[in-house]
Amino acid sequence: MSAATAELLAIHDLRLQFRSMRGLVKALDGVELTVHDGEILGLVGESGCGKTITGLAVLGLLQRPQAEITSGAILYRGDDLLAKTDAQMQKLRGRDISMVFQDPLASLNPVFAVGNQIEDVVRLHKGVSRKEARETTYKALASVGLPPDKDTFKRYPHQFSGGMRQRVCMAMALACGSPLLIADEPTTALDVTIQAQILNLLLKLRAELDVAQILITHNVGVAAQTCDRIAVMYAGSVVEEGPVSEVLKRPHHPYTIALYQCLPHGRTAAELQTIPGTVPDLIDPPTGCRFHPRCSHVMEICPTAKPQPVKAAERHWVSCFWAAEGAGLSAGPFRPPTPPDAPGTDDGAPA
Amino acid sequence: MTIWAYVVRRIALAVLVLFGVATITFLMVRIVPSDPAAVYVGSNARPEQIAQARRDLGLDKPLYVQYGIYMKNLVKGDWGDSLRTKRPVLNDIMHFLPTSLELIITALVVATIVGVIFGVTTAHRKGTWIDLVMRVFSTGGVSIPAFWLALMLQIAFFRVLHLLPVAGQSDIFVAQAHPITAITGMPVVDALITGNWPAFTDSARHLVLPMLCLAAYPMGVIMRMTRSSMLEAMGNDYIRMARALGVPPRTLLYKDALKNAFGPVLTVIGLTFAYSLTGTFFVELIFAWPGLGYYATTSILSMDYPAIMGVTIMVAAAYVLVNLAVDLAQAFLDPRIALS
Ligand SMILES: Nc1ncnc2c1ncn2[C@@H]1O[C@H](COP(=O)(O)OP(=O)(O)OP(=O)(O)O)[C@@H](O)[C@H]1O
Ligand code: SF4
Ligand SMILES: [Mg+2]
Repeated sequence: MSAATAELLAIHDLRLQFRSMRGLVKALDGVELTVHDGEILGLVGESGCGKTITGLAVLGLLQRPQAEITSGAILYRGDDLLAKTDAQMQKLRGRDISMVFQDPLASLNPVFAVGNQIEDVVRLHKGVSRKEARETTYKALASVGLPPDKDTFKRYPHQFSGGMRQRVCMAMALACGSPLLIADEPTTALDVTIQAQILNLLLKLRAELDVAQILITHNVGVAAQTCDRIAVMYAGSVVEEGPVSEVLKRPHHPYTIALYQCLPHGRTAAELQTIPGTVPDLIDPPTGCRFHPRCSHVMEICPTAKPQPVKAAERHWVSCFWAAEGAGLSAGPFRPPTPPDAPGTDDGAPA
Repeated sequence: MTIWAYVVRRIALAVLVLFGVATITFLMVRIVPSDPAAVYVGSNARPEQIAQARRDLGLDKPLYVQYGIYMKNLVKGDWGDSLRTKRPVLNDIMHFLPTSLELIITALVVATIVGVIFGVTTAHRKGTWIDLVMRVFSTGGVSIPAFWLALMLQIAFFRVLHLLPVAGQSDIFVAQAHPITAITGMPVVDALITGNWPAFTDSARHLVLPMLCLAAYPMGVIMRMTRSSMLEAMGNDYIRMARALGVPPRTLLYKDALKNAFGPVLTVIGLTFAYSLTGTFFVELIFAWPGLGYYATTSILSMDYPAIMGVTIMVAAAYVLVNLAVDLAQAFLDPRIALS
């Protein structure tokens, strides 16, 4: 992967809270994330750390007024999505950025034939004739490895297997040529053998259609297998982001290190539930670094301030006081998503 | 092809139900302690006349023979003669049924359109003042007794506002000046297709109040069912998926969600149709509407047993047919139904 690829999506300091019966849920706490053209970024983290919400926030799909974005920016090709109107976002969804979800059966409308569902999305965004939309639909079916024929077109979701349903979802999401796909646990509901097929499909879609992806998963093995880069999320923040080989072989953040130690080396599947302690309650989260109650390297400063991202290596950054100090990384504030030698690198630290 | 197997099975079942209804109707009339022959000849007839009438009507034969004749005639379309009007029952019914159907169908169409739109709107705007107002409206429709509503409508639109006629099906002067040529037997429809505009306006104006009165309850029930069914459908993942692909809110509501939510709504429409078939008896009485309800009421009061049997079978048949239509519509709406 060359360093010349441009930033497709960049999230800066995204903060988001939910109003709930129990109080304010401070769900996202300054998320930083970058996806480049044609890149697969793995977003990993324990259940409840805010992976899905981050994806939904990008698409502007969170229910208002319960969900409130209090600060930050979501830049798509440099345009701030948070500044867009509902109508603009609606046009953008499915055409520029699409999302598929964990349960493909539930994600497809049970009372419409799958071909019609794909065709409707095509007509919606492209304003083409029924005939052209049908051709596009067949192309989309073929691109996800389904037979592009009338039989597939006319079938209903319940007449497919789980893996095929996820393929249909992807065909629907990519039929209008979205350059970015957010896949939220696309393989979690599937058998292991089918999982591998779907992951291969993601790679194929990148290779053939140049689709950049955010692969949300709590399975580090899956991310390691499929992604170019990985972003590790903990309790509403991305704590470390970098190339897969870097982050998993030379992790800097104590949480990533713990994850790495939990990996059953030599095997592919690795669940994240084995780190001591529990995920914090986001209504009353720990102060400073939200990981400090579980951190084995906790320092005096940790409960009092939130660590800022610092550069660990080329396109690899980490938010941790200990990592910054120990590795001598504290070379001043660092704005992570900007390539290191691009202009604007030192235009101030995140607030 | 499974769907066609399902269709055939449902139709066979409907035929079976109709057969059962005919049998029960036959038995019930034989159980009622009144002598049809005596009713037929009138109150001051001599015993020989009654005996003669009994032979004429075939009431002296054994029950199973009577049953066989009854079923054979029923299928042939010979439903016996009314003891009161002395005309064939089927002719009477065919004369009165269309006016009732006009009332029931318009009432149900209005109830369905208003009920579904209100139901979708309240589901979409759950918790807002629109939701509250519309729900009060539907609760009113469900809980206000028909006779009281009829009275209020008559006071409001006739007495106070002088907008609509109080009762009846047509104005006598309009009816004489512009007589309606009977084609379907439904005055509004006939006036419309023959281009008889004065009669059309007149009969449509007469239709409004009884129609509203009959529509109130179904409207409330349909709205409630649409609301709860829509709320359930809107919470589904496929709605989130459709939103994630840029489907606009209106399409989400009226296409993606409503097609899923419509099954239970259809069931309720079928049930309220059954309600309306008998509900129209009261409404027709209050609004002096010359329909099947009026015919049924007078037949019951005069112990006119062939007419009562005829009306019963007709109402049951209509009910069975509507429910058959509902079931089939559901199977076509949701392809999973025919499979289970
Ligand atoms: N509507 C809501 N109201 C209140 N809190 C919410 C709401 N939606 C999500 N949250 C909270 O936000 C946090 C992040 O949720 P999210 O679904 O993004 O987690 P996740 O990382 O995708 O987890 P999982 O792996 O279980 O899918 C959770 O703690 C959740 O309780
Ligand atoms: S900032 Fe402190 S508490 Fe947080 S991970 Fe680093 S060392 Fe641990
Ligand atoms: Mg999730």
